[in-house]
Amino acid sequence: MRLITHNMLSSNIKGVTNGFPLRIEAEKVVEKEVDFNPDFLRNMFSKIEWKALTDASKALGYAELPEETEPSMLESELFLRKLHHALLELHLEEGALVCPETGRKFPVNKGIPNMLLHEDEV
Amino acid sequence: MSYKVAKIGLVSSHPEVYDPCDDSFVLVDALLADRVNLAQHQPSICIEIGCGSGYVITSLALILGKEVPHPALYIATDINPYAVTVTRETLEAHGCFADVVNTDITNGFEKRLSKSVDVIVVNPPYVPTPEDEVGCKGITSAWAGGENGRTVIDRILPVAEELLSDKGWLYMVTLAANKPVDLCMEMKQKGFTSRIILQRSTDEESLQVIKFWRDLDTQLEANVGENTKLLQFNPFSFWKRGNQSAPTSCKEKFSLYD
Repeated sequence: MRLITHNMLSSNIKGVTNGFPLRIEAEKVVEKEVDFNPDFLRNMFSKIEWKALTDASKALGYAELPEETEPSMLESELFLRKLHHALLELHLEEGALVCPETGRKFPVNKGIPNMLLHEDEV
Repeated sequence: MSYKVAKIGLVSSHPEVYDPCDDSFVLVDALLADRVNLAQHQPSICIEIGCGSGYVITSLALILGKEVPHPALYIATDINPYAVTVTRETLEAHGCFADVVNTDITNGFEKRLSKSVDVIVVNPPYVPTPEDEVGCKGITSAWAGGENGRTVIDRILPVAEELLSDKGWLYMVTLAANKPVDLCMEMKQKGFTSRIILQRSTDEESLQVIKFWRDLDTQLEANVGENTKLLQFNPFSFWKRGNQSAPTSCKEKFSLYD
């Protein structure tokens, strides 16, 4: 699972008021190169919750993203390359996503998160 | 090597996962027939709900990858834990990538992806079955649709309403037994226009692929062309040519099988 998708996932457990972002426990992280496309990154940027991304990125071992952003950064290739790497090239292969309110762990195996809720959580 | 759609020989399989069948093919054929519109649409985020073997999401990625210069974020979900693994294998075998998530419909995504998804494709469990067969996580989840085959479809429609962007499109496979006219009327109440873009009858089933979009999107009307505008509100406005599909662009004639 890549961080672009992690940035779109929340915990939906019954009673949880804010299940975003899910905290990451990383056991295995893999890097896979993918073509750099600045337009795609600029397009996605407005949807990204930045703090969730920087925390998640650090959890996967990449701490190069700036803590805060401003619009002019989208013209900087250096920034875009870091954003590209964090969003699209880091894969959480094994580990867990943790609900920020309940601590419930959603396992990640072979890069696939299991977000299925138990009967009492629906 | 680049493929037009997913190759059956490269699609992974598992005894508990639904192999591609007529319903999968009709959905992919509909997407293929709509590829010019899809390319112009420039979707940023595409989701398949119920990815099964991965045949459809892989085909969508291949179709768009060929037509659209900028990449999209592809997400595939399935309630079946075997299906998500099989989908990942199928994507890899074709050199495609999607983030695959084991979840019920799009549970977990609704808050952050609200009004953000440009294309949703779904081949839902549409077969009329007893209610107690619905929601099992094994292979039964691929077809068990409860009364009139509508139980899961009726859960998917409000999700689509929530997730689809203003320009978003939903492509869904249905059976005659699902009462597609009622479906279209219900979606009309939610502010969606619809059109059957492909129909195919096999020995066992009469399948339709319905395309839904929000009424405020006037670009599709322009693509459809003047002579079909009046027929937009009639869900049965499809061309009866046996297995052939209606062209979606009046500007272009093309073959599905070139």
